[in-house]
Amino acid sequence: MLGSGILKGLGVTAKNFVGSYHDPKRMVTEEYPDTPAKLPEAYRNFPFLVTENATDPMGTLRCVACQICEKECPPQCIYIEKSKDKKPDATGKPQLYPAVFAIDTAVCMSCQLCVEVCPFDAIKMDQVFAVAATNRFEGLLLNREQLAKPNEYFHQIRPTEAAEVDGRLTAERKAAEEKAKAAAAAKAAAPAKPAAPAATPAPKPAEGGTAS
Amino acid sequence: MNLETLPLQFRDWIVSLFPGALQWFVHHLLSITAILTFFGLFFAFTTIAERKLLARLQNRLGPNRSGLPWFRRLKLWGLTQPFADAIKAITKEDVVPAVADKVLHFLAPVVIVAFSLLGFAVLPFGRHLIPVELDAAILYFFAAGTATELAIFMAGWGSRNKYSLLAAMRALAQLISYELPLILSVVPVILVVGTLSTSEIALAQGGWTWGIIPHWHVFTPWGFAGFVIFLVAALAESNRSPFDLPEAESELIAGHLTEYSGFKYALFFMAEYFGLTALSGLGVTLFLGGWQAPFAFLEFIPSWLWFMTKLAGMIVFFIWIRGTLLRLRIDQLTRLAWKFLVPLALLNLGNAAFWTLTAGWTGPLVLVRWGVSAAIVIVPFLLLGRRLSAGYAPRTYRYAA
Repeated sequence: MLGSGILKGLGVTAKNFVGSYHDPKRMVTEEYPDTPAKLPEAYRNFPFLVTENATDPMGTLRCVACQICEKECPPQCIYIEKSKDKKPDATGKPQLYPAVFAIDTAVCMSCQLCVEVCPFDAIKMDQVFAVAATNRFEGLLLNREQLAKPNEYFHQIRPTEAAEVDGRLTAERKAAEEKAKAAAAAKAAAPAKPAAPAATPAPKPAEGGTAS
Repeated sequence: MNLETLPLQFRDWIVSLFPGALQWFVHHLLSITAILTFFGLFFAFTTIAERKLLARLQNRLGPNRSGLPWFRRLKLWGLTQPFADAIKAITKEDVVPAVADKVLHFLAPVVIVAFSLLGFAVLPFGRHLIPVELDAAILYFFAAGTATELAIFMAGWGSRNKYSLLAAMRALAQLISYELPLILSVVPVILVVGTLSTSEIALAQGGWTWGIIPHWHVFTPWGFAGFVIFLVAALAESNRSPFDLPEAESELIAGHLTEYSGFKYALFFMAEYFGLTALSGLGVTLFLGGWQAPFAFLEFIPSWLWFMTKLAGMIVFFIWIRGTLLRLRIDQLTRLAWKFLVPLALLNLGNAAFWTLTAGWTGPLVLVRWGVSAAIVIVPFLLLGRRLSAGYAPRTYRYAA
């Protein structure tokens, strides 16, 4: 009948009208500056450095300044200077640490290659997108203090990947611990060499963020 | 205090402050000021209501950012948007083409607003609330309303722009086509009530059958058909979607408004909404019982509030239509008017004549009266409706797969 299509159309828009007040499927608008944007978990923009402990970010960087990412970075935006001394890492093993770690975000293209190559899970992709600086040289060159973010933050922005990384790290550390214990036991069993260093207890994964 | 006559008491009190010789002048000046301020504000809030409602109909939020100056925190749901729009329109540059007919180009927006405002003079806003009591009110209303078509052509011709001129001619074709069903849909009411006075037509729709069904014209077969035809024709007359061809942005770069900017453009916009509001007011008066309350126990609410509620309802319905339907093509538009609405309206005139002739029927004959009257509406509607798009649909595409 003539006009039935019009009535049907009026019904559709009426449903839209009512639904826009209670149905989140019909009202998908996010009022972005007022409410924070909901990003998909896989969204990535600019890398950051993972630290084990939020209270001591510079002391607990996972990065050991191996410089693989620096060599791998296609636009060459990472700059690393190795430290002269060594600091114990999360497992207590003395490691080098980056005295300088800088990323030029004006050059970085968020390709994630640094994350792919890092053997220590020390660098991960961030989700910042509202970045602005008043100076395009120093303002966009982020140093290690600005890049360091705690592991909890990683859990916040990308829970699945963070849980996977943490699980793997704890498993590795446990295996290392057991291996060290076994080695210590073997050394203790052999009475030929009662050397002092071997008697030290095996390192424990004592630092804060690992268990999370 | 009597709410019903409150506006009149207020007016009389102001009038009494002036010396006797000036009182008739102040009396009319007050009516004009009241209409201008009230419907000016009504227009402003219609625009924001339309934008909000359209947005909701399309699953959007609509304008909600504008607040108050100096009170940034107060957003007020964006209700101050029309005032921001007004400031924008006033401060915009007014561009007049070098070759335009300066006088006509200037006069067109003034004329269109003036004529579209004239209609409000004869609308009965309440039981005692009518600016001008005219015997030939409906005649006057349509005479004033039709004059706006002249202004549209003035705009098209005065702009000296091909788009403007073509669009203005198209607009004239549309408006004249729809003037006919619009007036023909109103004639049955005049025939049945026997008067051209709007206040008497509203008065004639008082009372209830069995205490619940109001005697509004829309609840009779001929009145319902007339109301639907009136709605369609009113949409076309006020250039509203789906009949907004005169200013179809996508085809005619805004039609006769192409060469208008700033406040002159805003005046055209304003006139469009005034025309829509006035036509809605006429529709309410003629078919929806005017200021009459729908139920007897609701009569304590003042009549002018009922009128405004119905008027707002009509406008919301027009916005709903705009959010739903697509724009027609010019041939579909004129075909709908001449092949469908005009014959239906003419038959409806006969229907109304039958209704007045059978006014004395009682008992089971009342059912016959309703049956015949309904048949006169429904049968031609179905037959004409089937013929309307015969041969035009479904459309076949020669080269498309």
